[in-house]
Amino acid sequence: MSNFKALVVILMSAVITNNYVLSRFLGICPFLGVSKKLDQATGMSIAVIFVMLLATAVTWPIQYYVLDRLGLGYMQTIVFILVIASLVQIVEMILKKYLPALHTALGVYLPLITTNCAVLGVTILNIDEGYTFLEAMVNSFGSGLGFFLAMVLFSGVRSRIENCNPPESFQGLPITLVAASIVSVSFFGFSGVITNLFG
Amino acid sequence: MSPIVIAILVVVGIGAVCAVVIALVSKVMAVKVDERFPVIRGCLPGANCGACGFTGCDGYAKALIDDPKTPINLCIPGGDTVGQQLSDLLVVAFADVKEEFAVVRCGGTCDHTQDKMEYSGIQTCAAAKLLYNGKGLCPFSCIGFGDCVKVCDYNAICLEGGIAHIDPRRCVGCGKCAAACPKKIIEILPCSAPISVICSSKEPGGVTRKKCTAGCIGCRKCEKICPVGAIQVKDNLAQIDHDKCTGCGTCAEVCPVGCIFSMAGYKPERAK
Repeated sequence: MSNFKALVVILMSAVITNNYVLSRFLGICPFLGVSKKLDQATGMSIAVIFVMLLATAVTWPIQYYVLDRLGLGYMQTIVFILVIASLVQIVEMILKKYLPALHTALGVYLPLITTNCAVLGVTILNIDEGYTFLEAMVNSFGSGLGFFLAMVLFSGVRSRIENCNPPESFQGLPITLVAASIVSVSFFGFSGVITNLFG
Repeated sequence: MSPIVIAILVVVGIGAVCAVVIALVSKVMAVKVDERFPVIRGCLPGANCGACGFTGCDGYAKALIDDPKTPINLCIPGGDTVGQQLSDLLVVAFADVKEEFAVVRCGGTCDHTQDKMEYSGIQTCAAAKLLYNGKGLCPFSCIGFGDCVKVCDYNAICLEGGIAHIDPRRCVGCGKCAAACPKKIIEILPCSAPISVICSSKEPGGVTRKKCTAGCIGCRKCEKICPVGAIQVKDNLAQIDHDKCTGCGTCAEVCPVGCIFSMAGYKPERAK
């Protein structure tokens, strides 16, 4: 039972307190680039969840059974980038063959994720935190969900910004970054809540 | 063995495994793409306007390959040039493309009419229309915030004297602006008979006259003089039937307010 509780804490803290975009500031590029419309934001986030899970499933064994055995922990970053990039390529080809509808929906976003720092960040932090395989998978899923939450929330904020009339020097990216910082500050309010709730 | 050699070997090994897997997957999972698709798609202008009736240029290219009966003269932005290329590629008879262009049916510049309010809300036509049908005195007038300018891929629309103006030399007739206009006052004209009534006001002549000196007053002079009977005054507004119109321009000469324009001189035939 305590095991299950630990998993819930990992999941919830990955979604809310340690949100990858709003608290750790990873994956800012798609966060600003693709959050203009809700449907695009959703497509991108689902692709990110998918790739995060896959990447963790592959990189965790590589870290523990290959790199650590040979004392090559310092090669982690390069090996992970290599593996994630090829993994996304393979996934794209498989989707194109068997699920063309999903491919047209996610197709544009999949290559964008190959070198996404949020995906690399999840895989590396899973190792740094010393998670077991199950915990690592739960953490990846939670991080993906957190990314989804941030994208969807921010696309709503974005559509409000599009319809307002800010001073000329603030138009475009500046007002977007200001809004992003305010959303991010609001997420700091969650720190400590999760551990107190479940701890 | 030195640690550097081990590190190099491991990374090269993992890279090689990835490369082999990708190569295998790309062979096994290869999806057959018709080799004509990229060529045909390359011919099309890429405006994705939907004037052909398919979902964008990709959809039209796919339909052309899948169904040989798809007409090749549907791409209006591409005109005869694209029609000719498609007929060469697909080995079907060339059919003339019915070229079109767009015109804003409102001539109410600030010299002719006034605003009825000081509008300082959201600066788009769609938003301004919600408030008493726009800021202009005439409820059928162009609002002039340029929703059409934003959607035009060919930089053909500019704002002049408070209303949108479409440059006929740049316009390719894709119709995106007509769809974006909340007042629905942008009309698509055939290049063969480029005559249009530059007014959309359906109010009685006297009311229109008080609001705007460039508005159609529904006097029926054009209706009487038209040699082919292509003009009808309906709802106090002259309407031209573009299937009957020959583009002779007699109506433009008799119009007392000068709201009928012949664009014959402004729209040169596109180079073939």
